[in-house]
Amino acid sequence: MTFTRKALLTFGVAAAAFVLAGAQTTFAQDKKTYVFATEGAYPPFNMTSPTGELQGFEIELIAEIAKRSGFEAKVISQAWDGMIQGLVDGKYNGAIDAVTITDKRKEVVNFSLPYTTGGSNFVVLKDSGTELPGNGSNIDLADKAAAEAAVADIAKALSGKTVGVQVSTIQSTFLTQYLADKGVTIRTYQNGPDVYQDLTNGRIDAAMAATTNIAAFLKKNADKAATTGPSFKGGVMGSGAAVAVQKNDTELKPLLDKALKSMSEDGTLSAMSQKWFGLDVTPKL
Amino acid sequence: MSMDFFLTTMRQLLAGLPLTLNLGILSLFGGGCLALLLNLMRVTRTGNAVASGYVFLFRGSPLLIQIFMIYYGLATFGFVRHSFLWPFFREPYWCGLLALILNDAAYTSEILRGGLRAVPKGAVEAARVSGMTWPTVLRRVILPIAFRQALPAYSSEVISMLKATALVSTITLMEVTGLARALVSETWRAVEIFLCAAAIYLALSLIVTQATAWLERRLSPWQFEGNR
Amino acid sequence: MWADLDLLGFGPDGWGQVLLHAAVMSLLVSLAAFAFGIVLGTLVAWARTGRSRLLRSLAGLYTAVMRGVPDILVIYLFYFGGRQLVTAVGTALGFAGPFDISGFLAGMLAIGLISAAYQAEVLRGAYQAVPSGTIEAGRVVGMTRFTLFRRVIVPQAMVTAIPGLGNQWQSVVKESALVSVTGMVEIMRQVTVAAGSTQEHFLFYAAGAVLYLIITTISGQVFRIIEHRGLRGQLAGER
Repeated sequence: MTFTRKALLTFGVAAAAFVLAGAQTTFAQDKKTYVFATEGAYPPFNMTSPTGELQGFEIELIAEIAKRSGFEAKVISQAWDGMIQGLVDGKYNGAIDAVTITDKRKEVVNFSLPYTTGGSNFVVLKDSGTELPGNGSNIDLADKAAAEAAVADIAKALSGKTVGVQVSTIQSTFLTQYLADKGVTIRTYQNGPDVYQDLTNGRIDAAMAATTNIAAFLKKNADKAATTGPSFKGGVMGSGAAVAVQKNDTELKPLLDKALKSMSEDGTLSAMSQKWFGLDVTPKL
Repeated sequence: MSMDFFLTTMRQLLAGLPLTLNLGILSLFGGGCLALLLNLMRVTRTGNAVASGYVFLFRGSPLLIQIFMIYYGLATFGFVRHSFLWPFFREPYWCGLLALILNDAAYTSEILRGGLRAVPKGAVEAARVSGMTWPTVLRRVILPIAFRQALPAYSSEVISMLKATALVSTITLMEVTGLARALVSETWRAVEIFLCAAAIYLALSLIVTQATAWLERRLSPWQFEGNR
Repeated sequence: MWADLDLLGFGPDGWGQVLLHAAVMSLLVSLAAFAFGIVLGTLVAWARTGRSRLLRSLAGLYTAVMRGVPDILVIYLFYFGGRQLVTAVGTALGFAGPFDISGFLAGMLAIGLISAAYQAEVLRGAYQAVPSGTIEAGRVVGMTRFTLFRRVIVPQAMVTAIPGLGNQWQSVVKESALVSVTGMVEIMRQVTVAAGSTQEHFLFYAAGAVLYLIITTISGQVFRIIEHRGLRGQLAGER
């Protein structure tokens, strides 16, 4: 009996070692290639075509940055849930997925210069009767007094209602921090498009997302939905979207910043924004 | 992992335990009833085909896709949204529970079928001869014997269902796994938090294992007498 | 709805091609995970049937944990904590780091780990069902350990194990739907993306379910044929 059990063990160990050896993939890759991850489902920042190709503002942006800085950019698709963790773990060099710069994220990753000005809105169905006060105004969350007044009004309007938001986003942090204890039910989704799906289905009364992302949704659904209430910035809402890089990175960030700056100066960045968003959402760098 | 962080996390995660148990128990109950119905249907030829088709569909595809089909899929149809059923399908809780029940029924009906096959014909005939009506025979003779036969396999199914409730976190339900995911997105301490959640499920499964072992002994004392 | 069936086709707006590709990926990751599960499961079964009390309880603990924790949590844990683990194991085995694991590998390892616990149970049962007389007879006629394993134990144990392994294979295929978090583009991830892009949720989830049903049905038939063959050999031997 022992003989055969040893044979079993030998067989098992050999096979396990074989599998582990396979786990050791290339680490001495070409210095000039950087891998970037994106969700591929957050239009118009990034999306996937029926042929499986990644497209969108950010795909074009990183290609242009790579061209200007003279490196090879490989963009891979990665679910949003796990995006930052994957970057921390070193599965890729950068995350280019409308990641907003926030203090909390800065604790674990670094950021390039921002390429959008940021801003988040609520969106509702037109026939739902849900409406928020302060339409069209801008609220800076860093301005505590103004923020509290605006939030109090919104809490009143949304009391007893359900707001949908994507998990781990600045908007979900905002909702949890400002509205969760004021009688507003918050529902978090794994994927961005699912929030809009449930809004159109009437499962949630309002959704919150980046103004830019909502713009893409409204482009197709202008007859049904509209933004309402003020646009929020600053504080937990951070300061615009940027490429997230690893905390200990020293070589990629300077390359990204330099290219972004030159693109901002010669108008390329604005032109790209016009093409994908239909308006200029980029900051002056 | 500091003790403090562990305790806070555990407390936050345990807040989702009632929902996990609620979904687990109700889906087992609903799935069990539906499984019984499926087995009763097998008496007729058409019924048998329908039951087989049902089992084929729900056992052959992943639960996750079934959950998404019910939650996101059905809502794409206008007639579902405008029907009297919409208040029901509008809620993620009911969609999740329905998916779990339908899925559980497919697995349980196969387990039950195995158990029913093991019921001796003689026992049923004896019960009929002594004047029991069919419902009484079913309740007093067939089901108890079948249940005892199917118990070991059924205990695995109970554990599977408790584990399966974790998947409804994908449709925004905040049970233990849903809360764990939300916590991870706040703190980035994925490994510690998921380990805490895993410990909760593990404890549940150990309780189920112990309980079925006890029940098995209770229901068949004659098999264990020799050990005394 | 039927007008939209073009979306599943192979035309310029059709997702047919990527769905088919995703199905192949699902199949590949399932096969790899199943194979890894058998290897690890063999080891666990070996430990559980062994004489060492420590190994027995370790293997028992492993089985209890994998059977008690939801698959999705195991996959998350492996995805988030796996890199550290692989690095530690790799360094211990003498490979030079740093290590990185692809989504495919992470998914395969995670499902394989879960499946191993269940496969170990199947294999243990099958191994214990091998009549000890046949092993002794093999040893008496002077078979080496390996020959004995290959010619006597595996053929007999496999016949008992095949139905159980077949069930395990089906579970592996269904569990592969959970690995999209590791960044792997398999059926589930692809239909989610397609459903989100086209707003045709029911169509794409149904298409995904059909793809899984095709895989599980065909492979179920394959296992049935293997089982039948194994039994035929045994029946012939009894004559």
